[in-house]
Amino acid sequence: MPQVSMTVNGKPASGDVEGRTLLSSFLRDTMGLTGTHVGCDTSQCGACVVHVDGEAVKACTMFALEAEGAEVATIEGQAAPDGTLNAIQAAFQEHHGLQCGFCTPGMVMSAAALLKDNPKPSEAEIRDYLEGNLCRCTGYHNIVKAIMAASGQNVGAIAAE
Amino acid sequence: MPKDHEGIGASSKRREDVRFLTGAGNYTDDINVNGQAYVHFLRSDVAHGRLTKVDTSEAEGMPGVIRVFTGADFEGVGGLPCGWCVTDRHGQPMQEPAHPVLAQGKVRHVGDPIAAVVAETAEQARDAAEAIEVDIEDLPAVVDMKAALKDDATKVHDDLSSNLCYDWGFVEENREAVDKAINEAAHVTTLELKNQRLVANPMEPRVAVGDFNRATGEHTLYTTSQNPHVIRLLMGAFVLGIPEHKLRVVAPDVGGGFGSKIFHYAEEAFCTFAAKAVNRPVKWTSSRSEAFISDAHGRDHVTKIELALDKDNNFTAIRTETYANMGAYLSTFAPSVPTWLHGTLMAGNYKTPLIYVNVKAVFTNTVPVDAYRGAGRPEATFQLERVIDKAARELGVDPIALRRQNFVTEFPYATPVAVEYDTGDYNGTMDVLEKMADLSGFEARRKESEARGKLRGLGLNCYIEACGIAPSQLVGQLGARAGLYESATVRVNATGGIVVMTGSHSHGQGHETTFPQVIADMIGIDADMVEIEHGDTANTPMGMGTYGSRSIAVGGSAMVRAAEKVINKAKKIAAHLMEASEADIELKDGQFSVAGTDKSVAWGDVTLAAYVPHNYPLDEIEPGLEETAFYDPSNFTYPAGAYACEVEVDPETGKVEIKRFAAADDFGNIINPMIVDGQVHGGIGQGIGQALLENCVYDESGQILSASFMDYAMPRADDVPFYDVDHSSQTPCTHNPLGVKGCGEAGAIGSPPAVVNAVIDALHSGGHKVDHIDMPVSPARVWAAMNA
Repeated sequence: MPQVSMTVNGKPASGDVEGRTLLSSFLRDTMGLTGTHVGCDTSQCGACVVHVDGEAVKACTMFALEAEGAEVATIEGQAAPDGTLNAIQAAFQEHHGLQCGFCTPGMVMSAAALLKDNPKPSEAEIRDYLEGNLCRCTGYHNIVKAIMAASGQNVGAIAAE
Repeated sequence: MPKDHEGIGASSKRREDVRFLTGAGNYTDDINVNGQAYVHFLRSDVAHGRLTKVDTSEAEGMPGVIRVFTGADFEGVGGLPCGWCVTDRHGQPMQEPAHPVLAQGKVRHVGDPIAAVVAETAEQARDAAEAIEVDIEDLPAVVDMKAALKDDATKVHDDLSSNLCYDWGFVEENREAVDKAINEAAHVTTLELKNQRLVANPMEPRVAVGDFNRATGEHTLYTTSQNPHVIRLLMGAFVLGIPEHKLRVVAPDVGGGFGSKIFHYAEEAFCTFAAKAVNRPVKWTSSRSEAFISDAHGRDHVTKIELALDKDNNFTAIRTETYANMGAYLSTFAPSVPTWLHGTLMAGNYKTPLIYVNVKAVFTNTVPVDAYRGAGRPEATFQLERVIDKAARELGVDPIALRRQNFVTEFPYATPVAVEYDTGDYNGTMDVLEKMADLSGFEARRKESEARGKLRGLGLNCYIEACGIAPSQLVGQLGARAGLYESATVRVNATGGIVVMTGSHSHGQGHETTFPQVIADMIGIDADMVEIEHGDTANTPMGMGTYGSRSIAVGGSAMVRAAEKVINKAKKIAAHLMEASEADIELKDGQFSVAGTDKSVAWGDVTLAAYVPHNYPLDEIEPGLEETAFYDPSNFTYPAGAYACEVEVDPETGKVEIKRFAAADDFGNIINPMIVDGQVHGGIGQGIGQALLENCVYDESGQILSASFMDYAMPRADDVPFYDVDHSSQTPCTHNPLGVKGCGEAGAIGSPPAVVNAVIDALHSGGHKVDHIDMPVSPARVWAAMNA
C-alpha cells in the first residue's frame, strides 16, 4: 500500500492508504480526526469540508494520495490551543447556528473560506456560497446570521425581507 | 444563587456547542471498538420478486471475508415488530405481515436487504457483496395505492388477504350524521390532494455497532437512535431474545432524527446478532444512497376532504377519505401515523361539530413509511387549511375572518375526534401574527411586486398539534403496544452538584442546556452545577425517548417530579440540621432557611450531610440524595399557531420565491427562547422544503428515482428567507408542572399550507383560477397550472 504524507492542522501526518482511500477517510480513520463528517456519497452535503492549501475542499471528493505534501486544515484545528473558539465558532454558539452539530464542521470551514475571500458578505452572498452545505436542523436562519455576525455585521434586527 | 441568565426563560447559550464546534462530538460512526469487523448489506435492486437463488460461495472466499449471512440465518429469529396495532372500522385488527431481518423467500422493495457480508474492512465487505449470486423471479410491482387495492392486484405479502392493512373509520358512530350534515349543508367545499412522500434525511446517516462480551454474555449496541430504551426492548424481547440486563443500547451524539431514528431497524438487529455469531464487534455505516432505500420515509397520503358550511359560514361537518402508504412492511409506529396522529387532529383550531375520517392503509412495494417531523399532524393541517382557503375563495370571504369566525374560543374544548384541548387563545395568536407580519401592508407590497412583473400572494395557516405524547392509558386503548411515560433520575452528589439521568434523548434539541435551566430554577443554584446524562440504557432509567415534541413536556416533567422528591428529602435533612420543623423549611437561592428566623444552611451543607451522615436522622430517613420519577401525562399538550407566508411567482417561469415568512406560536411556557426560535426555524425550513422542493418519486416498476441528494431536492440556504418568529402568545399547559407544550414539530406542520395557500393566492391575483397544486409546488407544476 502506498504511503501518503501531508500536514494536518500544522502537524506532520502520514499513513498507508489504498489508491481509493478518500481524504475524508484518511482524516477520520487513519488520523482519528472524526470532526470531519461524511453525510452523503455524492459530494452534495458539505459536512466534510476541510481546507487544502487554503482552499475549501469537500474531503470526500479527493483521494488521500492527491493531498500528498499539502497543508490540510480541519475543524479540530480551528480553535486556539487553549480551547478559545475562533470568531466563526464563537458566532455560531452565540447565535445558535447549530443544533445536532453534524453539518457544523463543514459549515464552519466553508464560512472561514468565504470570509477569507469576502470579509463582509451580504446575506445573499452567504446563502449563495452555502449552496454546497446542507443543514437539516436550523432552516439556515441562524447559520446565515452567525456568519454575518462573525464578519462584524449588525444582526440585531434580522427578519424576513 | 443562579446567575440571572441561566434559569427558566433565559436564552442560555448551549453547552453542547463547544464540542460540536471543535470536532469533538462523539457520533456513532466516531465509535470504533477494538477488533471490529465491517458489514455491507446486499440489497434488492428490484421492487418485487421471488428469491430463487442466493449463492454466497464465491463471496465467502473473497479476501477478508469473515462470514456471509442470508435470510436462512435468521429463520429462528423474530421479525421486526410493529409497536402499534390499529383496529379497523369493523372491529378487526389490522393485517400485520412478518418483517424478517434479512429477506426470506421474497424481496418487497428496492433496498430490502438480501444478504450481509462481514469482513475485515468495509471495502472488502462491499467487494464481496458484489460476488453474491442472486436470482430473482420478477413479480409485478405494486406502487400506486388505489391500484394496490384492486381485486386483481399482486399481493405484497402472499399470506395476507389483500394489500389493505386496515380500513379505519373515526369516529365510526359519527359517519351517518356527518353524511347527513354534508348533504344538507348550505355550501360544501371539496378538495383532492396529495401529501407527497418525503425522506427525513437527517444529516448523519444511520450507523450501528454491535459488540458481544463473551466473558459476561453482554451485548452492546451503539446506534443512531432517538430512543435507545425502545430499541433495547423491541430488539431484545421481540427479535433476538436477549433480556434487558444482558443488552445495553447506547445512542451517543446523534446527528438529527426528525422521526426517522425512532424506529427499530434490521441493521441494528443484524449487527447485534452478528457480533455474537462471528465473535467480533461488527460495524455498519449507512451511505446516503443506502439511507434513501432503507430509512423509513414519511407522509405519502392521498386525500379527499369535504368541508360543509351553513348559510352563515359556520363549519358544520368535515369528511375525509385518505389512502395512506405503509410501504412494504410495517415500520415500528407506522399504523399510528395516519390514524391517531392524524384523525384526532382533524378538528384543527375550529369548532366543527361533526367529523368523520376514513383512512385506508395500503401495502406497496416501496420503502416503509413512518413518522416524519409532525407525523400525521402536517397531513391533517394541510388538508384542513387548504380546504378552508378554498372555501373562503368560493364564498368570497376573507380567509382570516372565516377562520376567526370558526375558532374554538372556550377551553377546555372536547373535539368530536376524541381529544380535549386544555388551553389556547387562537384569536390572540392570530392578533400577534397580523401585527408581526404587517398584513395590513400586504396590498402595497403586492402592487410593488406587480410593478416588477411578479405575482405576489399571501397565504395564511393555523395549526394545532397534539404533543407530549402521551397518556399511556389512552394510547393503550388506541392500540399502542408500549407506555408513553418518561423517566428521570436526579442524583445529587455530596458536594451539591447534580446529575440528571433522563430517558429523553437529545439529537439537536439542546437538552444538556435546557434541562439544567429548570433544575437551577427549582433549587436556586447555578445551572453549571447540573449535568445531563442521556442516551445510554446502562445509566438512565427506562424511558421512551424523544419524538412528538415530548421531551420537555414529558421528560422535563419527570425531571421536575424527581427533583421535587429530592428537595422534599433535602428539606427533612435541613430541618434536622437546624433543629426546626420540616414544615417551616424554605428553599430559595440555594439556601434552606427556617421561616421567621435568620437560621439557614446552604444547599451544599445539606447534600454533604446526606452522604456524610455524622449528624443525621438515620432513624427517620436514609442517607443519600437521589430520586427517580416516572411521569405519565394526563393529556396531550396542544401547541397552536398562526403562520403567514408571502411569495412571489414569476409568471414567465413558474418559479416561487418566498419573500416573507412569519410564525406566531403558542407553546405555553418557554424554557429557552433562543432554542425555541431555532426549533421553529428548522421546522419551517423543512416545511418549505416539502412545499416547494422535496419529493420522493417511484416509477411504475417500483424503482426509486430520487435516491440521492442530486435527485432529492433538499432545501438549501438560498431557497429560504430569514423567518420572523414570535412566541409571546402563551397559554400555559394546564396539566404538566412546567406549563410547557413542546415546539419541535410546529414549524414543519404550520408552514406547508401557508406556502401553498400563498402560491394559489398569487396565481389568482394574476387571473389564474387555480384551485390547487400538489406539493412540491415546483416551477414546472406552477407553470403548467397557469397555462392549463
